[in-house]
Amino acid sequence: MTDLLDPPVVVHGDDHGHDEHHGPTGLVKWLTSTDHKVIGLSYTITSVVMLVIGGALAEVIRAQLISPNNHLVSLAQYNELFTMHGSIMIYLFAGPFAFGALANFVVPLQIGAPDMAFPRLNALSYWLYLSGSITMLLGVFTAGGAANFGWVGYAPLSNAVNTPGAGADLWIGGLLLTGFSAIFTGVNLTATIFYLRAPGMTLFRMPIFTWNMLVVAILILLAFPVLTAGLIMLYADRHFGTHIFTVSGGGVPVLWQNIFWFWGHPEVYILALPFFGMVSDIIPVFSRKPMFGYKGMVFATLTIAALSLGVWAHHMFTTGTVLLPFFSIMSLLIAVPTGIKIFNWIGTMWGGTVIYSTAMLMSIGFVITFLIGGLTGIYLASPPLDFFTHDTYFVVAHFHSVVVALVMGGMAGLYYWGPKITGYMLNERLGRWQFWWLFIGTQLFTFPMYLLGLKGMPRRIAVYLHDPSWANLNMWASIGAFMIGVSTIIFVINCVYSWKRVPAGDNPWDANSLEWFTTSPPPHHNFYRLPKIRSERPVWDYNHPEARALHHGEDHEEIHDMAKHV
Amino acid sequence: MELTPQSPRDAAGPKRALRRVRNLLALPIAAIVLSGCTLPSFGAFKSDTKTGQSTYHLWQWFSVGAIVIGGFTLLLMAYVMIRYRRRSDSIPKQTQYHLPLEITYTIIPILIVIGLFVSTVVVENKVTANPPTNVKIDVNAFQWGWKFTYPGYNAVVVGQTTQAPTMEMPVNTNVHISLTSSDVIHGFYVPKFNFSRYALPGVDNIFTFDAINTGTFFGQCSQLCGLYHSLMWFHVKVVTMSQYKAWLASFNTPAGIAAAKAANEATNQQTSTGVATKNAYGGS
Repeated sequence: MTDLLDPPVVVHGDDHGHDEHHGPTGLVKWLTSTDHKVIGLSYTITSVVMLVIGGALAEVIRAQLISPNNHLVSLAQYNELFTMHGSIMIYLFAGPFAFGALANFVVPLQIGAPDMAFPRLNALSYWLYLSGSITMLLGVFTAGGAANFGWVGYAPLSNAVNTPGAGADLWIGGLLLTGFSAIFTGVNLTATIFYLRAPGMTLFRMPIFTWNMLVVAILILLAFPVLTAGLIMLYADRHFGTHIFTVSGGGVPVLWQNIFWFWGHPEVYILALPFFGMVSDIIPVFSRKPMFGYKGMVFATLTIAALSLGVWAHHMFTTGTVLLPFFSIMSLLIAVPTGIKIFNWIGTMWGGTVIYSTAMLMSIGFVITFLIGGLTGIYLASPPLDFFTHDTYFVVAHFHSVVVALVMGGMAGLYYWGPKITGYMLNERLGRWQFWWLFIGTQLFTFPMYLLGLKGMPRRIAVYLHDPSWANLNMWASIGAFMIGVSTIIFVINCVYSWKRVPAGDNPWDANSLEWFTTSPPPHHNFYRLPKIRSERPVWDYNHPEARALHHGEDHEEIHDMAKHV
Repeated sequence: MELTPQSPRDAAGPKRALRRVRNLLALPIAAIVLSGCTLPSFGAFKSDTKTGQSTYHLWQWFSVGAIVIGGFTLLLMAYVMIRYRRRSDSIPKQTQYHLPLEITYTIIPILIVIGLFVSTVVVENKVTANPPTNVKIDVNAFQWGWKFTYPGYNAVVVGQTTQAPTMEMPVNTNVHISLTSSDVIHGFYVPKFNFSRYALPGVDNIFTFDAINTGTFFGQCSQLCGLYHSLMWFHVKVVTMSQYKAWLASFNTPAGIAAAKAANEATNQQTSTGVATKNAYGGS
């Protein structure tokens, strides 16, 4: 309708059609493709399968804890259960889902690129991830069982004396492979975002999701090699006779914790920032307003990333070996940029037209649940308060508020970008059911765990014979966890039900960023044409040229009045 | 499509809402200020040690802050969700920046964080101070039990898993606990003292218990340490100083000496071969 005023930039010559790019089809296509969309979809399917496996393990854990002296699983099996649950969720689901699945699919589209910068490296990343995942899971079938020292693998519990057996080695091997997968994805995303942006797509016109993925990619490059080095040291301790983490040979066990958390805390933000980015793209679309405080949002992300490199020892306050005030203030400060983000999301909805699609509901659920997880995280940044909540269910509840919030963010992303990826809409009615089961289940799941932690229930215990009064709260937490399980089943049903049912069209949400300017699913090399890029909402500007974002100071009496009263 | 002009009702909305929000917040704040130190426990233990009570008060004030800030943010969320739900297909005003507002919600959190940090440091210095004392107990953790020895005395207590050995200590006295591990990392956690500390192999972790109430308190290993982690229990029995001295003296009888010897032998193979480095927050 506005082609005359704003002609799209043609990015693809007419000398050959897109169809000519078509390579193999079927299984061979999935095995050999270097197309970021195919790889992204492979990542999506694999990581959602991991979510389901990890979730199933969680349900067994919660079933075990329903009564004080349950014999559903043995003590040994219980240790394997929570180790594999944590490992699968953190290493094999959350990270790969964020920077492997959605980023892979969406980032090149959002910046108007034909593919990732290194398509073959991208394929290698996926195959390393898949083989790493299989390697770790194979531990279940070894004689000694899977790894059983917790997903953090603290030395010296994880050495060959205390945990002999192949399960632990497979855990280390799987982590090394997925670690390299992450590093290569980090390289790829950084190069793609720096070098393959379409003409006009300046850094400050990138969607927040792409911005966050750039920051995540840089954090990956800073953090993951440290984990890789640590894992090699751990393996050497187990098999090559070194004593890096064992006291008897002059080693230092706490060194493992320093190395692990130097990766592990940036990792928390490597996991969280992509989901922040997803909801930062979704909330403006379903409020029909631009991202409020766009630049502030970017600086908040950069601040979080910078601070996240200096907070690792807040996981180690009770070791007695770290400088408490430094790590305390650094950790507390992260609340500031995180708060800015939450107020920016509220500011985006303020004065907007809020449309309650499933993606928007999930995003709001994310913000609320993350707020709870964030506030309880502030307690843990204070060493005296950490002394009595450390390693209790308070901590478990805190990070489950955070990570289940991320799951809601991820679901928001799937409902939002799913139509772009598959070409078909997911059913909204089932989506709303899924949301309510997930949201209510999450709060029912975490609140009793906060209380249990305060009552003194340590994490990672299979039985609590000495205080059967904990059973009540555990029962509620388990009911919440089962509700989350139901929500996942509804999601799987929705995927099957919606398969090839309602075609999505190019731009079903009247959205902002470039991926909505091409077909669903996009053609090989993504774009036939591009609009002019003059803001972070090129597609919105193209469709609504009269409704561009207002600069600061433009007609702002109303919001100014608002500020006077805050 | 055209921008819809803001109706007068829309313009008045935020003002009215903010007044409403302020009124709602005024009540709990007033209630807290008026009630002074009778703050609710917010689920935590009041603690049976003096330093643990400092931690408890810090917990209460952090909780007040969390509830006020969280409540304010949730109310804002609820307000925008209801007030700005879609009513028509018109495009709302495309406001993107408001610098004074953005600066406000950057500065205020920074001030709050400074307040939290200062109160943290004050309490932390109390909790990690190790004032000099004559009462010292060596605690050694091993898979899966605890050994309590009293330097200078014959007293030794040892027990594994659900045997839950008892550590006796005097009330109203600073007690230095020197915590070590013989094998993997354990967590020495006494919930009712609001305190835990890692038992690390190769590190001698020193901290102070200053119990103000007598009684027996349950403790448990909090850091995953292998198969029987769930069952690695102990008790802390706080008694008067005279009872404590009498208890120590009871190990000087032939029966007591034999018991201590047996306990030592039972755990000798567990003893760490590494050289422990002295370690304490705040010095000792």
